[in-house]
Amino acid sequence: MATLDYVRRRFLPHIWCPGCGHGTLMATLVRAIEELAIPKDQIVMASGIGCSSRIVGYLDLHTLHTLHGRALAFATGVKMAKPDLHVIVPMGDGDALAIGGNHFIHACARNIDLTAIIMNNQTYGMTGGQVSPMTGHGERATTMPYGNLGQALDVVAVARAAGATYVARSTVYHAPQLKKLLMKAIQHRGFSVVEVLTQCPTYYGRLNQRGDAVEMMTWFKEHAVPVGSDARKDDPARFEVGEFVNVERPEYCASYDEIVTRLKPREDEHA
Amino acid sequence: MNEKVRFLQGNEACVEGALYAGLRFFAGYPITPSTELAEGLARRLPPIAGRFIQMEDEIGSLCAVLGASLTGLKAMTATSGPGFSLMQEAIGYGVMAEIPCVIVNVQRGGPSTGQPTHVSQGDVQQARWGTHGDHAIVAFTASNVKDVFRMTVEAFNVSESFRTPVILLLDEVVGHMRERLRIPEEGELPVVERLLTQVPQTVDFHPYLPREDGRLPMAHFGGHHRHNVTGLAHNIWGFPADDPASVDRLMHHLVGKIDNRAMEFAHWVDHQADDAEILLISYGASARSALDVVRRFRERGDRVGLLELQTLWPFPAALVRERCAQARRVAVVEMNMGQICREVQRVAQDPDRVYLVNQVDGRLVGPDTINQALRMIQGRGF
Repeated sequence: MATLDYVRRRFLPHIWCPGCGHGTLMATLVRAIEELAIPKDQIVMASGIGCSSRIVGYLDLHTLHTLHGRALAFATGVKMAKPDLHVIVPMGDGDALAIGGNHFIHACARNIDLTAIIMNNQTYGMTGGQVSPMTGHGERATTMPYGNLGQALDVVAVARAAGATYVARSTVYHAPQLKKLLMKAIQHRGFSVVEVLTQCPTYYGRLNQRGDAVEMMTWFKEHAVPVGSDARKDDPARFEVGEFVNVERPEYCASYDEIVTRLKPREDEHA
Repeated sequence: MNEKVRFLQGNEACVEGALYAGLRFFAGYPITPSTELAEGLARRLPPIAGRFIQMEDEIGSLCAVLGASLTGLKAMTATSGPGFSLMQEAIGYGVMAEIPCVIVNVQRGGPSTGQPTHVSQGDVQQARWGTHGDHAIVAFTASNVKDVFRMTVEAFNVSESFRTPVILLLDEVVGHMRERLRIPEEGELPVVERLLTQVPQTVDFHPYLPREDGRLPMAHFGGHHRHNVTGLAHNIWGFPADDPASVDRLMHHLVGKIDNRAMEFAHWVDHQADDAEILLISYGASARSALDVVRRFRERGDRVGLLELQTLWPFPAALVRERCAQARRVAVVEMNMGQICREVQRVAQDPDRVYLVNQVDGRLVGPDTINQALRMIQGRGF
């Protein structure tokens, strides 16, 4: 199947600004699905609210554009009801970790077989550049005009601590690596999290003098270091990309099905 | 002894009714006085390969129910006041995206944490208007264990037929009291399955194009018709659309499919209401006390009757208007500050003859309280 076969061309053009990184993530995600050769009928993509979440409308899959922060809760219902389906959940950083933080932690802890993709542009883009849980200390946002008082939440650390069994990070600059990580996350049996840094030149970039899309992507290129690299000691702005967690633990739906099998009345009991 | 005759709580009867209707998915969060529903289904669903999940809160519970329903399973959640408040956003989503589901609210005293173990009927208007935006909703109630079973089945039938959330408003007394219940045989009560599209795989399917009768055939997640579901205003494809024609069509469809069927959805019981000079109107646990009062007055030869409502929303205005016209005085008996009384006064030809008889102290409104109020209404003093 060709890449464009996954796109609902009827509903293009998309709503994203020129230079937005979300389109790169969408194209990379489609290529990952294409390479895994998963039939379109077997994929449900559930998103929340925000720029990121509009991705589902453009993809020719079973798509569910839910409420702000609730994508993982809807997805949990879908997966529990039909465990054979692949359920992929793209979310924004505020969507997944501010308003949706509780659902995120508990989806990690359940280890239910969902693929959470956090499209981290460090801001609320749809509403015009407010501070997000991923905005760094001192950075500007329309609701932190004098600089962010808080600290950026480390989603990798949160996911690991909460019990996610696959955790990775990449950026839209590192598209080939991102594709591989997305493929592994989708194939992983358990709750997987892929944080994807993506640029918002319109709001985050403009408010923080980060330049245009090319400059912001170049910054990703220059500051990304492999997991475990010592290079972060020289420059605290550097961040790790790659695979942080990849372990096996009982998956929630599989554990449920074991109970169903155990409780099923045996045919010979009625003989 | 017939094993299908049981001695059950209202909450347990709701579990049985849901299973009779074909429930296969429940998500919930513990809250008094509804928890028996979650506990019952946690035991009952796995042996029949149904799915049960306790979510992290009531928001997640209803969201999971909506997700499961989209795959084709009959799905339900149960809660009480504070949880019902948290569910309001997702109720609106269910209305907008037209997803069948049943939401049980076993009412307790409010506002806020209120009185968790005490009875109330304070969520009647919240059921109607709790979620934001203009919309229509269906809400049923019941005053006894047998009717809890029956109205639970009906809640699923309406929900599945019209792709809409249906709210079942029980109360703490009905939820926790025990009565004899004979579980109906299979086929004894109608059980409705949702309408599925017959559009072939090769032809475009429009998930939000209503038929002439206002019903919309569905295609489930995992099938071969892939479509979009959204809480945004949308077109017949389910794709976000804000052109005035699409939005206008959608709004009139969503409200019309429910409100134009008010009498079709109306369930009620007349207790000697036909010749009543004083008509009581009540529902849920308070209708039990009202019925006792009717018997007392009738023994004395007073023509008092009771219209027991089992459908609260859409409000059966035509029915109530007609019954009120026959009586000299109307007394609405409820455990809130007049949430249904307000509706009755709105539809009655002479609102000045409609009185509120209520109690909001956490105790069941008893026959003596109603009795006393009726004597005042009759002009007989205390």
